[in-house]
Amino acid sequence: MTQPDITSPSGTAIRHHLNEATLMGYAAGTLPEAFNLIVATHLSLCDRCRADVQAYDAVGGALLEDESAALADESLAQTLARLDADPKPAGRKKTATGDFPAPLQDYVGGDLDAVRWRPLGMGVKQAILPTSKAATARLFLIPAGAAMPDHGHNGTEMTLVLKGAFLDGNDYFARGDIEIADIDVQHIPIADVHEDCICLAVTDAPLRFTGILPSILQKFFRI
Amino acid sequence: MVRVRDNRDKVAFAALFTHFAPRIKGYLIKSGADATTAEECAQDVMTTLWRKAEQFDPTRASVATWIFTIARNRRIDMLRRDRRPEPEDLPWGPEPEPEQIHVLEMQQEAARLAQAVATLPPNQRSLIEQAYFGDLTQAQIAKETGLPLGTIKSRLRLALDRLRHAMK
Repeated sequence: MTQPDITSPSGTAIRHHLNEATLMGYAAGTLPEAFNLIVATHLSLCDRCRADVQAYDAVGGALLEDESAALADESLAQTLARLDADPKPAGRKKTATGDFPAPLQDYVGGDLDAVRWRPLGMGVKQAILPTSKAATARLFLIPAGAAMPDHGHNGTEMTLVLKGAFLDGNDYFARGDIEIADIDVQHIPIADVHEDCICLAVTDAPLRFTGILPSILQKFFRI
Repeated sequence: MVRVRDNRDKVAFAALFTHFAPRIKGYLIKSGADATTAEECAQDVMTTLWRKAEQFDPTRASVATWIFTIARNRRIDMLRRDRRPEPEDLPWGPEPEPEQIHVLEMQQEAARLAQAVATLPPNQRSLIEQAYFGDLTQAQIAKETGLPLGTIKSRLRLALDRLRHAMK
């Protein structure tokens, strides 16, 4: 979705947002973990999508109102008995400082300097994050001015910029922007020349490289 | 809910329980839980509501919406589905006391939305339900119903447009 500029909490204008299906899936709780991670990271930077998710949550609330199933006889009594036994809740969620929002820092185990990069060739590096196998999340470092390997997709790929920026065709993606590429997209993101580009990329299927990396190596690199 | 949050009022909690626990249980059964698991999880959700009551902000969400988010997270645990990280808090500093007018607006919006959901055409309604309760992506709904993905997308969009219109 491309929409007019709005200002994110970090003060930059986010132009490229999440799509409806993804926002709804996040609210409904049906996305693979890797997609949940990229949504939570984007929402940490984007007020507009955060407000949209609250609206989708409200749809869930309205649907809940129409459900009903008979409770067990002792249901209320059992629950009341548990109330005082439960420990006090933990404090509110933290707000991270640094390049990575809090949900991403939880997966990396720290900020940008904690990432354990693996070289992919041509100066490009990646770090795979631990998520369920239904989809893959990894961080990419693309050197300033360099191109990502030319690739198409077998599924959906989402790429969220965390630092620096990249160009894909005529579209410019900066911190907080998210690019959504579907199965038919053959694209070549190129990092902006001003600084190295760090992004979080999520795919629900292996990429199809047509360029520098022979496909036999894909399994080895897990990309 | 505010009485539960501010006064730790168990009578108010019991009233919330009577209203919401059967709804949570129904939601969990529709999501694929057996009755025993759904009962346990519904009790868990209500216990979580008691524990986290101080996080409830009536200017951000209705009680039903807030409970839905707790029930959804419990369902993800229950089905051993994928972890679902939350966004970080907005760096807006301490929140001001909620103004009554905003609380009222939120309640009215929630009521309009509930009304709009209740009056959706059946084919749109059932797709929204599958998207929320059936644990299915749009592509999986397409496979399940035999409808083309494009039809599902456009019906869901129509449904959401109606809901949005109701919120204006």
